[in-house]
Amino acid sequence: MTTRFFGAPVKRNEDRKLLTGQALFIDDVELPNMLHAAFLRSQVAHARIRRIDVSAALKRPGVVAVYTADDLGAYWQAGPLLVPPPPIPGIIFHLRTQVPLARDKIRYAGEPLAVIVAESRYIAEDALDDIVVDLETLPAVVDLEAAMAAGAAVVHDDLGSNVASHVRQAKGDYRRAAANADLVLKRRFRYEHGISSPIETRGIVAQWNARGQQMTIWDTTQAPVFVRNGLAAILGVSERQVRVIAPFIGGGFGPKIMIFYPEEVTLPWISMRLNRPVKWIEDRLEHFVATTHERGQIHDAEIAIARDGRILGVRDVFLHDNGAYNPYGLTVPINSQCTMLGPYVIPAYDSTFTSVFTTLPIVTPYRGAGRQHGVFVIERLLDLAAHELAIDPVEIRRRNLIPPDAFPFNNEIIYQDFAPLQYDSGNYEPVLDKALAAIGYEKFVHEEQPKLRAEGRCVGIAVACYVEGTGVGPYEGAKVQVQSNGRVSLVTGIGTQGQGHFTSFAQIVADQLGVDVTEVDVVTGDTDQFYWGAGTFASRGAVVAGNAISEASQVVRRKALKLAGEVFECSEDDLVIADGKVSITGIPEKFVSLSELAQRANPMRGAVKPGTEPGLESTQYFGPPSGTTANGVHAMVVEVDPETFELRILKYVVVHDCGTVINPMILAGQIHGGVAQGIGNAFYEKLAFDDQGQLLNASLADYLLPTALEIPRMELGHTATASPLNPLGIKGAGEAGAIPVGALFAQGIENALELARKGIELLEIPLSPSRLYELTRKDGT
Amino acid sequence: MQPEGHDIELSVNGVQYRRAVEARMLLSDFLRHELMLAGTHVGCEQGVCGACTILLDGAPVRSCLMFAVQAGGHDLFTVEGLIGASGELNPLQQAMHEHHGLQCGYCTPGILMTMTAFLKQNPDPSELELREALSGNLCRCTGYQNIVDAMLKAAEMMRAAAP
Repeated sequence: MTTRFFGAPVKRNEDRKLLTGQALFIDDVELPNMLHAAFLRSQVAHARIRRIDVSAALKRPGVVAVYTADDLGAYWQAGPLLVPPPPIPGIIFHLRTQVPLARDKIRYAGEPLAVIVAESRYIAEDALDDIVVDLETLPAVVDLEAAMAAGAAVVHDDLGSNVASHVRQAKGDYRRAAANADLVLKRRFRYEHGISSPIETRGIVAQWNARGQQMTIWDTTQAPVFVRNGLAAILGVSERQVRVIAPFIGGGFGPKIMIFYPEEVTLPWISMRLNRPVKWIEDRLEHFVATTHERGQIHDAEIAIARDGRILGVRDVFLHDNGAYNPYGLTVPINSQCTMLGPYVIPAYDSTFTSVFTTLPIVTPYRGAGRQHGVFVIERLLDLAAHELAIDPVEIRRRNLIPPDAFPFNNEIIYQDFAPLQYDSGNYEPVLDKALAAIGYEKFVHEEQPKLRAEGRCVGIAVACYVEGTGVGPYEGAKVQVQSNGRVSLVTGIGTQGQGHFTSFAQIVADQLGVDVTEVDVVTGDTDQFYWGAGTFASRGAVVAGNAISEASQVVRRKALKLAGEVFECSEDDLVIADGKVSITGIPEKFVSLSELAQRANPMRGAVKPGTEPGLESTQYFGPPSGTTANGVHAMVVEVDPETFELRILKYVVVHDCGTVINPMILAGQIHGGVAQGIGNAFYEKLAFDDQGQLLNASLADYLLPTALEIPRMELGHTATASPLNPLGIKGAGEAGAIPVGALFAQGIENALELARKGIELLEIPLSPSRLYELTRKDGT
Repeated sequence: MQPEGHDIELSVNGVQYRRAVEARMLLSDFLRHELMLAGTHVGCEQGVCGACTILLDGAPVRSCLMFAVQAGGHDLFTVEGLIGASGELNPLQQAMHEHHGLQCGYCTPGILMTMTAFLKQNPDPSELELREALSGNLCRCTGYQNIVDAMLKAAEMMRAAAP
């Protein structure tokens, strides 16, 4: 087999549609007789509902219906648990999931109370003002420590406290490690991650066909199969009666996998009830409070370390804000807990977290999904220890890297995918060396920095490492089919939100079947096209779906060769498959096209051999035994204006090992985008809540996404350690760019401003010019 | 129910349209849902993200910050108008494709329109000038680097092709 496409920077199949304005996004779905919904959202964070009066809204011309929780009857039920807690002994987990419309009690500002259905969105929004709501306001629960204090208001009354979960995972004997250590260093860290804020918000269109008893739902979801199954169950119909289509989606980054959003369950019900299609598109203000966030953790962490810089142990106790409900289980805090171990040998680890209910929007994974928090803590601990022990920060990392002969490396704790956290493969030191060479570490530290400092410039350097668990199970599938016209169809169950699946998946097929990559038509995210699957999350699309696609392509290839062998009455070994045809080796004029083979594989008359399946097609599934671990190093040279604290990133390097690469161009794009989101998280973006649980900056004018002026040019490097856990050797890459950036910023800014010398430590993210001003003035200088 | 309509006449991508619209209808909604030119995307409806940028008499404007009635009598240009007569991508579109300047593609139409106007005004921009011009359009996927490279290349191609 020739590999013309796999591994090459193939230009994307999907671009043309997107560049010409022809791609179908959710709000482009126009249906005859369609109604429009608007949701009335709570303006307070915590309250008991006394009464909701919708009578005036119903009288407004153009309003078709208004529903509150009471109208939903038996349909009103709390959402499902997406990810059950992993089997960790002694775990406490209280499940409280979100509801379609608030009944009795409101638990975050933005929670929907009622839905208005009207002939236009304009009218529906007008009618929101007609609804009268009578509430008994309760104290908001915002601060994590206050939420845990005796006498705090309780988010879920029946629990009696705000503890959502409590998990301890440990290996080795931390107490002994600390007793034997030359240095034990303890600090409190605060890390907040923000909102993913894709440029397209969420939306849903539901169309019930009463004659056909069929529900069609267009949904900006990353997990269409899961949505189909769940909605069928609560609508009381069979799964085959529900079709979920995830069209082109304008970015996801995690929150679009949450299930079910209130709007997602109410719209299909409304469509069924009114027998008309209904559309709801989230506006940007809604997005800030109605789409899930990631948010904050407070870590009390300590490191026990030997004089030579070897880590003996790490202990960490942290609080995690999971917002008002916890449908996503423990994924985010478990990722924080596991990712803290990084690429290092940490013989003793003792980590305990308490996940806390607050009266704030729900927390679910957003690109990185808690990994940022863990990486920040371990990387900062190492920086602080390096300073105390007078070891170079890079050298202390190098001394602790897991050696290449130690893989598979068992961390002896359980990961989010329920499997033991075992690093399948890796070779960490060359990644570090490559990053150091690219950033010019030695030269900068010994020559450039002293010179620049002498000129009065505040320039710093930073290097941060991470390991990312990717490509988790359970499974994905793919169906590859040669069409009668010779084009190849590939369908898979995952959704796509810009990752280039229409191209990278086509590359896998094209090589196997000897067709051009543009001759492969990829369909993702339509449950009528492919029935099974889990979804796009945890950097798993290429790993899990990619391997299913490869397997299905190989089966189709064998079928094509077998059929052609029958045509030519020759051995399959004497045939080559290329350029859309199968020919006899060395006699290119003796060929049969894939198109003809596809038609032969589906005879319209005559008899076939017993057991014959029609078509040149195959459906295959792939489920990895556990996730595969990618790793990388980011390095940065940064200049800080000591007066304004404006940053200028002078150089940014990412060296990354995500195993075998399908398309380096798409991979680079994933890294660029991840770093940009990481930079936003580290320095520009902050969800600012007041003590009443009100989000004070719910607009893109106030919540600052980085622009083209803030994001530097990045230099990328790669190493490739193939994963032994899947035939293609792929590891996930989607989240890698975003993960270590906070740690890098804290280190780089400290270094640039020589804060260690002044006894000032940066132990929190996000930073910002104003926050840096506060932190660096603490000592009165 | 029939809201009070205002008759407007305008040209979009060289095609004349005549419609009755409610005074409060946003131009972005009018283009997308009345004229079915859905290539113009809406990201914030507050004029920040730039996704809905179109050209009004050649100048880039946020279509979410204008009412449709204000566009009456004007010449509008949207992403649907960029493609050549025989279906070929124009230099900006082609460069975005070559340089992987788009991922989800949602912000792309707005960026193409902003850059169409900018490169006309400044055919030979420095990277910083280009980044400043691009900074009114938010992209959450790409980190901008490939967009910047694409637009510098498009500018170069257009300069080379210019008489």
